[in-house]
Amino acid sequence: MIENSSSQPNTIKPKVPNTERISLMTKPRLILRAVLAVLGLVTVYSLVTIDTAGLKLGDAFHSLGINLKAMFLQPNVGQDSWGVLLKALSTSIALTILTTLLGALIAFFIAVFTARNLSPNWLANTLKAVMAFIRSIPTIIWVLIYSAVMGLGANAAVVGLTFHSIAYLVKAYSESIEETPQATIEALKASGVRFWPIIFQAILPSIVPALLSWTFIRFEINFANAVAVGAAAGADDIGYYLFMASGFYFNFHEVGLIVYLLLGFAIILELISMRLRGHYLKQN
Amino acid sequence: MKPKYTSPQQFFRQRRTRMGIVFAILLAIYLGSVFLVKFQTFSSLAQVPAGLIWLFKTFIPNQHTTTYLGPIFYQLWRTLIVSISSTICAAILSLMFAVLGAKTTSPNRGFQLTVRFGASLLRNIPVVAWAMILLFSFKQSDFTGFLALFFMTLGYLTRAFTETMEDLDAEKLQALQAVGANYFQCVFCGVLPEAASTMTSWVLYMIENNIRDATLVGLLTGTGIGFLFSQYFKSIRYDAAGLIVLLIAVLVIVLELTSTQIRRAIA
Repeated sequence: MIENSSSQPNTIKPKVPNTERISLMTKPRLILRAVLAVLGLVTVYSLVTIDTAGLKLGDAFHSLGINLKAMFLQPNVGQDSWGVLLKALSTSIALTILTTLLGALIAFFIAVFTARNLSPNWLANTLKAVMAFIRSIPTIIWVLIYSAVMGLGANAAVVGLTFHSIAYLVKAYSESIEETPQATIEALKASGVRFWPIIFQAILPSIVPALLSWTFIRFEINFANAVAVGAAAGADDIGYYLFMASGFYFNFHEVGLIVYLLLGFAIILELISMRLRGHYLKQN
Repeated sequence: MKPKYTSPQQFFRQRRTRMGIVFAILLAIYLGSVFLVKFQTFSSLAQVPAGLIWLFKTFIPNQHTTTYLGPIFYQLWRTLIVSISSTICAAILSLMFAVLGAKTTSPNRGFQLTVRFGASLLRNIPVVAWAMILLFSFKQSDFTGFLALFFMTLGYLTRAFTETMEDLDAEKLQALQAVGANYFQCVFCGVLPEAASTMTSWVLYMIENNIRDATLVGLLTGTGIGFLFSQYFKSIRYDAAGLIVLLIAVLVIVLELTSTQIRRAIA
C-alpha cells in the first residue's frame, strides 16, 4: 500500500467564480410587464367610465346584427344607380392616384434634403421636425383647413391629402436614402460627380424597390383616406355616397354594396402589390 | 443563353428610355385622374402658401382661447383612453385569433383561412362605414367610437400578430415538441414569450394610429375631440380649433417619443 507522504492530501480547490444570479425577470421583461399593466389599468378605467348614452347593449347589438345582415346579404344600389356609384368609385381611385403621385414627386425632392448623408445636419433636422409636426396632425384636419381656404370640393381634398402623404413619404424615403453606404457617395464625390447626378444615377436606382413598396403602402392608406375625406369634405367620391346612404337615407343595402365595391378594389390592390413587389425584387 | 455585352453607352441609353417610358405612363395616368377629379393642379398648388399663411394667422390661440381649455383637455383625455382601451381589447382578442391562425400554431388549415379572411374583411371595411353603421345602432356616445376603432384595430392586429408568430424560428418549436411539450405548453412557453416584445411594439403603434383615427371617427359619430374640433371650426372659433390641432399634434408627438423609448427598452 502506498501512502501519501503528507497526512493531508493536497487537493486543489476549484475556485468558484462569482456567478450572477440568473433570473427570468430581466429588465426588458420587467419593463414590458409594467407597460402592459399600465395599459391594462387604463383600459379597465376607460371601460368602467365609458359613456354609453344609457343604451341597452343587448338591443343595440341586436339592431347591429340586423343592419349587418341587410348590408352583407342583401346589397343593392338604393337610390343611386350602378353608373353613379362606379363613377364615384373611379373618382376615389383617381383622387388616390393624384395624391400619391404628387406626394411621391414632391416628397422625393424634400427627402433628398432630409437625408443626413446628403444634406447638412441643421437642414436635415429642421425638415425632419417640420415633417413630424405635419404628420402628427390627422389628414382629415388638413383637408378641413384647406377646404376653408379653397372652398369645399376636389381641390381642397387633393391638397389636404397630399400634404399628409408628403410628410409620411419624406420620412420613409429619407430613411431609405440614408441606408445608401457613405462610401458610395464619397467615392462619387471624389471623382467629381455633381450633386444631382449622384442622386439620379447612383442613389435612385439602388433604392427603387424600397421607394416602390413605401409608395404602394401609401397608396393603400390614401385610398382609405380618400373615402373618409369624401364623407367629410364633399369631394363627390364614393365616400360621399357612403356617408349619404348611411347617415341620411339609412339605406344599409346601399352601404353594403358600396362596402363590397371597396372590398373588391382593396383585393385588386393587394394582388397588384404582391405581383409588383415579386417582379421588382426578382429583377434586382 | 449567351451573355450579351452592353457598352456603358448602351446601358445608360437603355436605362434612359426605360425611365422615359415609365414617366410617360405615369404622366398619362396623372392627366387621366386630373380629368376625372377636375383638379386644377397649378392654381391649387399656388394656393398652398396662401393657405399656410392663413392658417398661421387665424389658428393662433389667443388670450380668449383659455376659456376653452377645460372641455378641450377633457375630450383629449377621453380620446386618449378610448384609443388605448380599444387597442388593448382588440389586442387580447387578436392574440387568440393569431394563435389559431398562424401557420406554426394553428390546429388546422380551416382556422388559418378563416382568420386570414376575417382579418382582411375587418381591415378593408372603411372606417367611415364602421362609424356610420355603429352610429345607427349605438347612438352618439363614446362607446360608438370605441367599437369603430376596436373593429379596425382587430383586423390590423390579427394580421400583424399572425405574421409575427410565423416569423419565429420554427426549430425552437420543434425542439419543444421533441421533448414532449403539449400544444398549450408550446404556445404559452415557446411562442408567446418570444413574440411578446414585437407584439407590444405593434400595440403601441396601433395606439398612436388610433389617436389619429379617433379624430375622424369623432367627426363622423359626433363624439370626442373630433366633434369638438368640427363644432369650433364650423362656428368660426378658429382660435379654439387651432388650439385643438396644436394639442393633438403635441399628444401624438409625445406618444411617439414615449413608445420609441419603450420599444428600445423592451427590445
